[in-house]
Amino acid sequence: MNDMTAVDKTVETQRTKIAAQNVNVYYGDSHAIKDVNVEIEDKTVTAFIGPSGCGKSTFLRCLNRMNDTIDICRVTGDILLEGEDIYAKSVDPVQLRAQVGMVFQKPNPFPKSIYDNVAYGPRIHGMAKSKSDLDDIVEKSLRRGAIWDEVKDRLHAPGTGLSGGQQQRLCIARAVATEPEVLLMDEPCSALDPIATAQVEELIDELRENYSVVIVTHSMQQAARVSQKTAFFHLGNLVEFGPTGQIFTNPEDPRTESYITGRIG
Amino acid sequence: MTDASMDNPTPARSRSLSQTDPNTRRRNAAERRFRAYGMAAILVGLFFLTVLFVSIVRSGLPAFTRTVVTVDFTLTQEQMDAAESELFKTKAYSNLFIASLQEQLQQRGMTVEFDEAAIERLLGKVGGTLRAHYQANPDELSQPVAFELAASSRVDGYFKGRVQRETLQDSRFLQLSDLDLVDALEEAGIIKQAFSWAFITGADSGVDNPGGAGIGASVVGSFFMMLVVLVLSLPIGVAASIYLEEFAPQNRFTDLIEVNISNLAAVPSIVFGILGLAVFIQFMHLPQSAPLVGGLVLSLMTLPTIIISTRASLKAVPPSIRDAALGVGASKMQAVFHHVLPLAAPGILTGTIIGLAQALGETAPLLLIGMVGFVARGYPEGFVEGFTEPNSAMPAQIYTWAARADVSFYEKAWGGIIILLAFLLTMNIIAIILRRRFERRW
Repeated sequence: MNDMTAVDKTVETQRTKIAAQNVNVYYGDSHAIKDVNVEIEDKTVTAFIGPSGCGKSTFLRCLNRMNDTIDICRVTGDILLEGEDIYAKSVDPVQLRAQVGMVFQKPNPFPKSIYDNVAYGPRIHGMAKSKSDLDDIVEKSLRRGAIWDEVKDRLHAPGTGLSGGQQQRLCIARAVATEPEVLLMDEPCSALDPIATAQVEELIDELRENYSVVIVTHSMQQAARVSQKTAFFHLGNLVEFGPTGQIFTNPEDPRTESYITGRIG
Repeated sequence: MTDASMDNPTPARSRSLSQTDPNTRRRNAAERRFRAYGMAAILVGLFFLTVLFVSIVRSGLPAFTRTVVTVDFTLTQEQMDAAESELFKTKAYSNLFIASLQEQLQQRGMTVEFDEAAIERLLGKVGGTLRAHYQANPDELSQPVAFELAASSRVDGYFKGRVQRETLQDSRFLQLSDLDLVDALEEAGIIKQAFSWAFITGADSGVDNPGGAGIGASVVGSFFMMLVVLVLSLPIGVAASIYLEEFAPQNRFTDLIEVNISNLAAVPSIVFGILGLAVFIQFMHLPQSAPLVGGLVLSLMTLPTIIISTRASLKAVPPSIRDAALGVGASKMQAVFHHVLPLAAPGILTGTIIGLAQALGETAPLLLIGMVGFVARGYPEGFVEGFTEPNSAMPAQIYTWAARADVSFYEKAWGGIIILLAFLLTMNIIAIILRRRFERRW
C-alpha cells in the first residue's frame, strides 16, 4: 500500500479517446459538474478520485449517457468520442453504450445463467451469426474477464450463485462481450474483499491493452496502483488532471495535496 | 458490592448483572404483555374463523343433498291408450302411479291411506312428469322404469330437521297425515336423501321450487365474466403499469393519473355498477344481464388493483438490473421486457389472481346491470350460450336465494357460499403456487 510506487510509473502518451469540453451537469437546480475539461486516452487507465459527492460518478455516467435515465439531469458542453459528439441529436444512446461499456459499484449479474449473462449483449446487438460464434464470444469474454477457468464447467449455473469477486469479474466479462472501446468502472471494488479487489485490479491492468479504462474509486491507493492518469474532483470541479505519479507526488493544487495527504475528504 | 469495589482498581459497576434493575423489569414486562396481546388477538381471530367455517359448512352441507323418491313403475300400451282417452289425462297417469305405489307398499306389508292430493303435496304433479316421459320415450313402455322424483322442499325439510312433526300446521303445502306416508315410504326405502348433482350443475328455479335450484348456471356465468375480466384487465393493466413505472415522465399529469388510479381502487363497487348500467347498457346498448357487460364492469373494478400490484412488483425489481441491461447497450424496452418484467412476473400474477378473486366475489355492480334472479329457460342448453346471453353470477345468485321467502332457499344460499369459497380458495392457492414457482432471487 505504498503510494510512492506511483512515481515509477512510465506514462506513454496515447491518442485521445474521449474529449470532454466545458461539461456542466445539473440535477434540477443543483449544479453537479462545473466546467470540466478532460482528455481520456486510449489504452490507458484513467482514475477519477475525490471525496464523496464531488461528482466523479456523475461525470463518469455522462460518458455513456447513463444519466439520460434520470429525468431531471441536464448536460451541457461537448463530450467527443473519437471526435464525435455523443450528445448530438443523431446519436442513439443505445448504440453508444455498446461502445462504451460500464461496470457498476455493486456486482449486478442478471438472475440468469453465466452463459446468458455474457451472451445477452452480443445477442441483442446481433453480433453472433451462429451458436458456435456466440460460444466463442462468451469464452473470449470470460477469458478477458479472467474468470473462464473458474466457471468453464458450470456455464449454465446461475450467475448470482458466484462469489462477490467472481460476480464482478463476470460483469466485466459481460461488459467486454459487446466489444466496447471504452470501459467505465464505477467503484468496481467497493463491495469486494481485499483478495477479490486484487484480482479485479490485476484484471483492469490487463484490460488496458485493449481498452481505454476509466475507473472511479474512493481508494487513493487503488488509483495509484492501477491508473496511469488521475483526475481529482472536488465539489463538482475538476481540480487537477495529470499523470498519476505527478498527482500523488507533486500535486500542483493545494486542494489535491490536502486530499491525498488525508487532510480533507 | 460497594465494599468489594473499594479494593478494586478498575472502576466498579454499581450493580451485578444477575440483578435486573427496575427499568429492565418494566421493559421485559411490557414486552411480555405485548406478546400476550398479540397471541390473544390471533386466538380471537382463529376462534371467529372456526365459528364462521363451522357455521358455513353446517348450514351449507344440506344444500348438497336432496330427498328423492325412487319408484319402479311400469306402464303398458293399453294403460297409456286408456289414459290418453280420458278427459283429465295427467290425473289418469297420476292414479296409475298411486296404484303402483300402494302395491309396492303392500308388498312390504304396509298399508297407508293416501290420496292424489297427498302425492301432489309430496312430489308435485307426478302425472304430468310421467306422461311427458312416456311421450318422449315410447320404447320404454311395458318395461319397469325407475323414476327418481324429487320430493317437495317441505318433505326435504322434514328430513333435514327444518320441518318438525310437533310444530307442523296443516297447510296446502304439507299436512300432518302426509308425514305418516313419508315415514312409511322411508321405512320401505322408497324415499331417501341422495347427493344432489343438480345443485352443482343446475340452474336457478322459480321461487316456488327451492328443491330444483342449482348454482351451475351462475358458475358458468361467473366463468364467462372472469374470462372477460382476464382478457381485458391483464394486458391493459400490465401495459399501463409498465408505461407509468418505466417510461412515463414525472410531471403533474402523471401524478394526477397516479392519484386517480389509487382513488379508483377505493371507489365503492356499486358506483362501477351504475356506471356500467349507464355506459354499457343505456348508452352502448349492450345486452342486459349478460356476462359480457358484467365482465366489463368488473374489469373497470379490477384494473386499479392490477395496476397497483404490478407497479409495486416492478418497483421491487432492483434498479441495478436495469442499469446492467442499459449498460450493455439494451434499449429501454429491451431492459424492461428481457429483465424487469420476468422478475416482476410472480408479483404481477399474484396481483392479477387476487384481483380476479375480488371480482369473482363482487355482487353490488351485478345487481345494477341485471345479472340477478335469472331463471334459465331450456336448461341445460339455455345458459351455456356465451357472453351475450342473460346469465347470473355466483354471488348474485347467493344474494337472490338469501332474499327469497322460502327457508329452503336459505340453505341453498349457504351451499352456494361453500362453492364460491371453494373457487376463491383454489384461486388463492394457484396464486401461491405460481409465486413460489417463479420467484427468483437476486
